[in-house]
Amino acid sequence: MSELISAEARSWIGRSAEPVRIEISRTDIKKYSIATEQQQEKFLNGDEAPSMFMFGALRPVVPMDQLGPDGIAAESFLPDLPLKRVMAGGTEMTFHRPVKPGDVLIATKTLHDLIPKEGKSGPLIFVVTKLRVETEGGELVLEEQQTRIFR
Amino acid sequence: MSGKMSGINISEISVGDALPERQHTATNVSLFLYNAIIWNPHRIHYDETYTTQVEKHPGIVIDGPLQGDWLNQVVVNWMGEAGTLATFNYSNRRASYLGETLTSGGSVTAIDADAGIVDVELFIKNAAGEVITPGTAQVRLT
Repeated sequence: MSELISAEARSWIGRSAEPVRIEISRTDIKKYSIATEQQQEKFLNGDEAPSMFMFGALRPVVPMDQLGPDGIAAESFLPDLPLKRVMAGGTEMTFHRPVKPGDVLIATKTLHDLIPKEGKSGPLIFVVTKLRVETEGGELVLEEQQTRIFR
Repeated sequence: MSGKMSGINISEISVGDALPERQHTATNVSLFLYNAIIWNPHRIHYDETYTTQVEKHPGIVIDGPLQGDWLNQVVVNWMGEAGTLATFNYSNRRASYLGETLTSGGSVTAIDADAGIVDVELFIKNAAGEVITPGTAQVRLT
């Protein structure tokens, strides 16, 4: 299994993407809340972002020519892996402060681990990333550990 | 859709209490809007030919994080304004596909009345009753 993740790929563990600065918009919160069938007025009105709003808000926004044939953007802090098909794996989030329209947040994603696994239909790589979101003033908003499964 | 969420009172809940269940049936339109707002161009959520022929799924894939959000809403709607969410996690164990109706729900697993902390276990089940997305959350009552 060790050949599944090359030494070169392994050397990327600990690498971070450039921090992303994001302005939180009420309109985006409202759209997200409708698409996820929220039931609370504060979310539907865009007064506060639902807990998982930041997951979407922080997906990479890159020019079209940086999207792969599957549609997915290459991310600067992730190595090239021998498995190409991607699925969501799950997440662990810790919340420190609600996200509201007008917030200006700084988010940093880091490659935390690459874990080889044997699935029932073949080899898998679990790509574990960490996300840290702060205000511009350095107040911690959200921490997340996310797993994506390459198969 | 009611604006007031009643919320919970720690003196009135017990370990084992069920959180309200809810059903979710994604459509092409709802998946399009979700993937548009999260800026997700992954073709397995809208291009059926690609999804079945190249990525070998049986159909259009319901996003794992969308199920995560539905799971999240089980606890957020249950606690209402009575608490804040401290931690939340879930794991996508099995994929689900357009056309499936999923059921979200959960139950109380621990109560620390002095600290004002309640732990809950959450699930999304498919029509066969299999838990495809389990999760847990911790609520801090305010």
